[in-house]
Amino acid sequence: MATLQAHNPGPNARPQPDAAAATVNPTADEGRATPPPGRGFPWRSLRRYVPLVLLAVFFVFPFLFMVVGAFKPDDRVLADGAGWKAFVPFGASLDNFTDAFSRAEFGRLFLNSVLITTCIVLGGLVVNSLAGYALARMRFRGRKILLGMVVTLAIIPFQAIAIPLLFMMSRIEWLDTYRVQIIPFLANPFFIYLFYSFFLGIPRELEEAARVDGAGPVTIFTRVIVPIARPVYATVAILSFLFSWGELLWPVLVTRGSTVRPLSQGMAVFQTQPPIQWGDIMAFATMTTLPILILFLVFQRAFVQGVSRTGLKG
Amino acid sequence: MPTEDLLARSRPNARDGPTRWFGYRRRHTFQPAEQTVGWLFSGPAVVLLTLFIVVPFLLAVGLSFTNQRLISPLPVRLVGMENYRRIFADPVFQRSLVNNAVFTVVVVPVQTVFALWLAVLVNQRIRFISLFRTAYFAPVVMIMAVAATIWKLLYDPDIGIIDGVLRAVTGGHLSPGWLRSSALALIAVIFMSIWQGVGFQMVVLLAGLQDVDRELYEAAEIDGANRWQQFRHITVPGLRNQLVFVATVTTILSFRLFDQVYVMTRGGPLDATQTMMTRLVDVGFNQQAIARGSAIAVVFFLIVCVVTLVQRLLLREREAD
Repeated sequence: MATLQAHNPGPNARPQPDAAAATVNPTADEGRATPPPGRGFPWRSLRRYVPLVLLAVFFVFPFLFMVVGAFKPDDRVLADGAGWKAFVPFGASLDNFTDAFSRAEFGRLFLNSVLITTCIVLGGLVVNSLAGYALARMRFRGRKILLGMVVTLAIIPFQAIAIPLLFMMSRIEWLDTYRVQIIPFLANPFFIYLFYSFFLGIPRELEEAARVDGAGPVTIFTRVIVPIARPVYATVAILSFLFSWGELLWPVLVTRGSTVRPLSQGMAVFQTQPPIQWGDIMAFATMTTLPILILFLVFQRAFVQGVSRTGLKG
Repeated sequence: MPTEDLLARSRPNARDGPTRWFGYRRRHTFQPAEQTVGWLFSGPAVVLLTLFIVVPFLLAVGLSFTNQRLISPLPVRLVGMENYRRIFADPVFQRSLVNNAVFTVVVVPVQTVFALWLAVLVNQRIRFISLFRTAYFAPVVMIMAVAATIWKLLYDPDIGIIDGVLRAVTGGHLSPGWLRSSALALIAVIFMSIWQGVGFQMVVLLAGLQDVDRELYEAAEIDGANRWQQFRHITVPGLRNQLVFVATVTTILSFRLFDQVYVMTRGGPLDATQTMMTRLVDVGFNQQAIARGSAIAVVFFLIVCVVTLVQRLLLREREAD
């Protein structure tokens, strides 16, 4: 933050809204991506920053509004909302955060989300990578049919099967459980395909060398393939984390009380639950966003590579 | 993702055939038969995909011709096309089809062009650029339920900053009230959706931009091409694959529009923001009419298929030109 302001005088000295981003960023690729600094800040290129800064304000102001609101008393959130005061934490306190825990059971919902997402991400990595590997490397009856099935199923959106799936789940009495929110999302045809196409690109020699040394398929997979395939594991982990952390439609359909409800639905319910106290809602929103924002800032490179890699598959 | 493409891409690699486990078997080590290993590895996925995608999908088609309800004393019977007749005669569903179409027609081009502009901006080699990249991508990691809640407050006519600024600028004359206005609610939903989603597309396009050969630009500069000509004849063709991907994915995702509407308006005011998905939840879940909900799901699936196919055909034709 200090370096940032030292180099950013004049029109750019407006408060940088994303403090977290500012502290993390001037590391790693920053130095290499820019031309040598020479004699201080390049004043002539200052006007190139004008659109960049305006856009940054556009993308970041709702975050700032949320975080500031989280610290304000409820009546001030309402009173200050329509002007510049919305971005200044008058009368800051932690009351909203304690309210979010007591009124909206934030702790419970957070743990639910962590449990559900962890199971989907880890279980999904195992199930989908094993299937992708079998499809890419093994000869077994039905392999081609299975491959066809994977690419066909990838075009069926979850929304198109949500209602009959709800019907099935209610018949076997899985509603209001953790498993109903986890097990249907473990196998994912798109992720299987990502693994499959990555494994196809790994040179066979590595596996054959291991095989000559007497390694079985499981050893080869865990000792040879998985270490090489780390980038695709990271991609799938990040995508499946993003999808399952934010999933809203399915929890709306399958959960009633707050016992097994995840944060996303907790948010949707809390913001309509009288008495509507916007300070508490902002605290809830902040605490829901913060963990994922921190994860993103820590693993930024993997995140961005993961997202762009899915694009390159298109 | 279109099937034929995935198949086509898998073919050249499949030619060299799967690994043979047996050829390399050593005398004293036990190698389970390849058949078994193949099925053991893919087995969990096959079972899960069958139970949680294939079966419910077939069930959706089957149920859409019955009168099944979630809980009902009446016996289940076949009703033919009755559910389909009813959903298409339903004015709310008609409205939701129009809304989905408007949303897609606006969001896909606007968001793609916006993402392209952002990608070009953050591809500049200047100081602090990764800071801006981070800022533009940040909304992607804010989950939609949260983003929609925040924007609901920002859009509020009395206490929201957007109308607050508009009032201040216009001397109190302009305060449209976004989500409470049946004319503007859909526009408000579109605007916040772009805010939340464009960073994802930007990153995809940025990866493409960084793969475009720098020498092409140098050559063009020597030939006297200006900035716009360089953009038009080097950048855009170089990004073709990424642009197609971005447009296709945005189209498909825009038909699934649900979270932000559910949180901000529940389809209102006066059904101005109803979408196929909010209707699906209303009918299939709130009214517990599983069969009619399934019919909506089937229609939704067919629309997504047709749109994807048409898009593919159009793009292929342009490629042939």
